[in-house]
Amino acid sequence: MLSAPAAGGASFPRGRAVHIYAHVRQYVYTEFFQRRTALCDLWTSTMKSSSEIDLMRLEKQAAQTRIRSLQMVYRAKLGHPGGDFSAADILTALYGAVLRVDPANPRDPERDRFIMSKGHCSAALYATLAGAGYLTDADLDTYMAPFSALNGHPDRNKIPGVEANTGPLGHGLPIAVGCALAAKISRAPWHTFVLVGDGELQEGSNWEAAMCAAQYKLDNLVLIIDRNRLQQGDFTENTIRMEPLAARWRSFGWDVHEMDGHDMEALVHCFQAAPFTRGKPSCVLARTTKGKGVSFMENRQEWHHRVPTADELQRAIAELQGDKA
Amino acid sequence: MSRLVDCRDAYSGMLEEMALQDERIVAVVNDSLGSSKLKGFQSKFPDRFVNVGIAEQNMVGVSAGLANGGKIPYVCCAACFLTARAMEQIKVDLGYANYNVKLVGISSGMAYGELGPTHHSIEDVGWMRIIPNMTVLVPADSFETRAAIQYSATHDGPMFLRISRIPVPDLFDADTKFEPGKALRLREGRDVTLMANGVMVSRALQAAGELQEMGISAQVLNMSSVKPIDREAIEDAARNTGGIVTAEEHSIYGGLGSAVAEVVTQTHPVKMRILGVPGVFAPTGSAEFLLEHFGLTAEGIRSAAVQLLGSR
Repeated sequence: MLSAPAAGGASFPRGRAVHIYAHVRQYVYTEFFQRRTALCDLWTSTMKSSSEIDLMRLEKQAAQTRIRSLQMVYRAKLGHPGGDFSAADILTALYGAVLRVDPANPRDPERDRFIMSKGHCSAALYATLAGAGYLTDADLDTYMAPFSALNGHPDRNKIPGVEANTGPLGHGLPIAVGCALAAKISRAPWHTFVLVGDGELQEGSNWEAAMCAAQYKLDNLVLIIDRNRLQQGDFTENTIRMEPLAARWRSFGWDVHEMDGHDMEALVHCFQAAPFTRGKPSCVLARTTKGKGVSFMENRQEWHHRVPTADELQRAIAELQGDKA
Repeated sequence: MSRLVDCRDAYSGMLEEMALQDERIVAVVNDSLGSSKLKGFQSKFPDRFVNVGIAEQNMVGVSAGLANGGKIPYVCCAACFLTARAMEQIKVDLGYANYNVKLVGISSGMAYGELGPTHHSIEDVGWMRIIPNMTVLVPADSFETRAAIQYSATHDGPMFLRISRIPVPDLFDADTKFEPGKALRLREGRDVTLMANGVMVSRALQAAGELQEMGISAQVLNMSSVKPIDREAIEDAARNTGGIVTAEEHSIYGGLGSAVAEVVTQTHPVKMRILGVPGVFAPTGSAEFLLEHFGLTAEGIRSAAVQLLGSR
């Protein structure tokens, strides 16, 4: 069994340490893959080492994901732009610099798995998948249109690269646990990443899965929590308190790293270094802002599923393009 | 009748045999090693045995993930908890996503008898049948159970297999092959058709024998494949016999009787009698007592047939 390099410490190791862990991980993978087929060689070549992260490209992609997803929501007159924006940097980091996946072979058995548990933020997912080569820009224009493959919540049978049909909350983590178990049983080196919303953790199924992942020592599983502190009706802490969230996950047997969920460089380094500890599942508690990137959307409950007006769309795009007049 | 058998032994034995041949097969349980008869599987294939503890939602989600990772998971769990507790996961993670997961609902129907309505699973066929992509099988004896389990691994898609613990006589033999969407004619007859599955099949056969003595010729069809269902056999029965009696260890709502009626009313309407649990929570009593209480006996089937023919 190929395990992740051990990394001690409860807090997220920043700076040089992260680079070292990322390089160790890459070295282990490279060694492993060199004995494998040409397919694996392709992965190795597409893997990005931490020193080669093209931050400019990723930041641009994240802005594009936000712009594109808001255009999609505007066009469809439906969607969840606040959560799209809080997740946009996480999604960009994963698809741009972390996941070993290939849009030309979306069901490659040896691919990394990414499961979007917060399936309502499908616009951000689809825009990201388009950026990664799974969908075309024209596909995005069909978002929620009659007979479109781009349903309001993702359907794996219609969209290449989607691993699970999500939408009802609390489904993604159990499925991800199953993926990680399958890799363990097969002694396969691929990793499973799953993104959940914070309010979503009020669903009990997550905690069933949390116990299961620790019991089975799933050190090939990375849970990312989009901690934007808002749910549909109110702030999480005014609804059903989440805190102390990191301590809760630690008490369930997970290695938890807290970080800024909008710091692209840190996200990439963190995800590349994950899983963090041999024998434990990893949790990235990403502090995010709902509506991040647009001043009038940030941290406002109504943008959970508000549709922008034409004027708001233009102002949002201008802000996201860094063209604040 | 011959020796009575527990179909759980047939399913777990077959699963172990198949796991030897196919390393993709994994078993997933919710602590219920004993009642699922999987201790043998666990000792033979410890790496392919996943016990998620008492957590059915997670159990079904995990099975979808295992299927995503190339495994063929057999989720083995008391039918009442498996279906009711994890209904949304079954609908979305397995049905909608169309993952290749086999749900083995153990001790279905009223097998848990005295434990009461919390443990009775008389809604499961209806709930499972309504989910797109889901296949629903209710085998009648140990041989058909083995054949259905064997078939299940060859079918790519979610499936619910209903396995009782109520002892039944063996009706078939080791050469039995399972054919989905096929009703198996166990007895020819022209006056009335008796359709049954699971523990009710031997009772329907017995009823047909008793009807013969009364001068009534009853055809008996084994309806183990509830979904897909044999529309042809049902239409043929409606056209060529005087009426249809269905018998199932399930609510009269949503199960075999409903599935048959859906075909009958749209092809060749004839009178039916739907035998099952009539929309109530059962009183306290053993499984056998409850089957008798609800008329799910040879006598109950026989008198329903007589009444049906008399009402024409």
